Amino acid sequence: MATKKLGFIVRTLPYKTEASRLAMTHAIASQTVEIYLEDGDMVEPVICFVGDGVLNCLKSQQAMKHYGITSIEQHIKNGLLLDMKLLICKEDIEKLGIKEANLIMDVEDIGGETKAQIVPYSEIQKEMDSVDHLLFC
Amino acid sequence: MGKLTIGCFSSLVGSVSLDFAVKLSDAAVKKGHKVDLWVSGNATMLSKKGQKAFKDYSHLAKTLTELFATGNFQATACEACAEARGYHKDDTMEGWKRHSMDWYLASCFGADRVLHIGGD
Repeated sequence: MATKKLGFIVRTLPYKTEASRLAMTHAIASQTVEIYLEDGDMVEPVICFVGDGVLNCLKSQQAMKHYGITSIEQHIKNGLLLDMKLLICKEDIEKLGIKEANLIMDVEDIGGETKAQIVPYSEIQKEMDSVDHLLFC
Repeated sequence: MGKLTIGCFSSLVGSVSLDFAVKLSDAAVKKGHKVDLWVSGNATMLSKKGQKAFKDYSHLAKTLTELFATGNFQATACEACAEARGYHKDDTMEGWKRHSMDWYLASCFGADRVLHIGGD
């Protein structure tokens, strides 16, 4: 029985490329990975938004209206609903003038308890040191 | 010898990241390692059969065929990403598998090293 921790480090802008969306969908796929693993083995994803990647966490995305696709906001909410650890770089949101009130921090409206965390980059660095594998997106 | 899992999102044409991923796979297999290559997003075009070789573009079909023949290399494409792009099972090059994203995470679980090439 083992748990492997995978760190998805999201640096890319939302909607400009598919990478940040794929980071979320791959992380969420951890919910069904057991079908390929031995009993008791697990994969635990952690998602860290850094640099331009923090823009993925903005509230009120209108992807369905403009592109006819699900928003990255919805994927982030699904991740929180599944109790995934989600870290947002404090320095990077400050650089971009983004306030916490403008970020997707929780999913209380749909019954989720896990909250996103705004943390200094040093905390993200510690998280990166703690994972088994890093996946930069 | 170890197991290397490589994941890539980048397209075959328009980026050389996928070219790098396949050549790194080839080098690792030649050193005696096992390699799992996962492609999702635009990278699923690598699994499309019938690719023509032009001097101006990366052409990896021959290298992939040789890699499959070693028995130490497997390549899997994200099924949903491929279908969304119109690459159906019948369009897939021999040797490739198609699965959902959890296959990749499971491969990462069993890997000694993971190299993930995100981005466009």
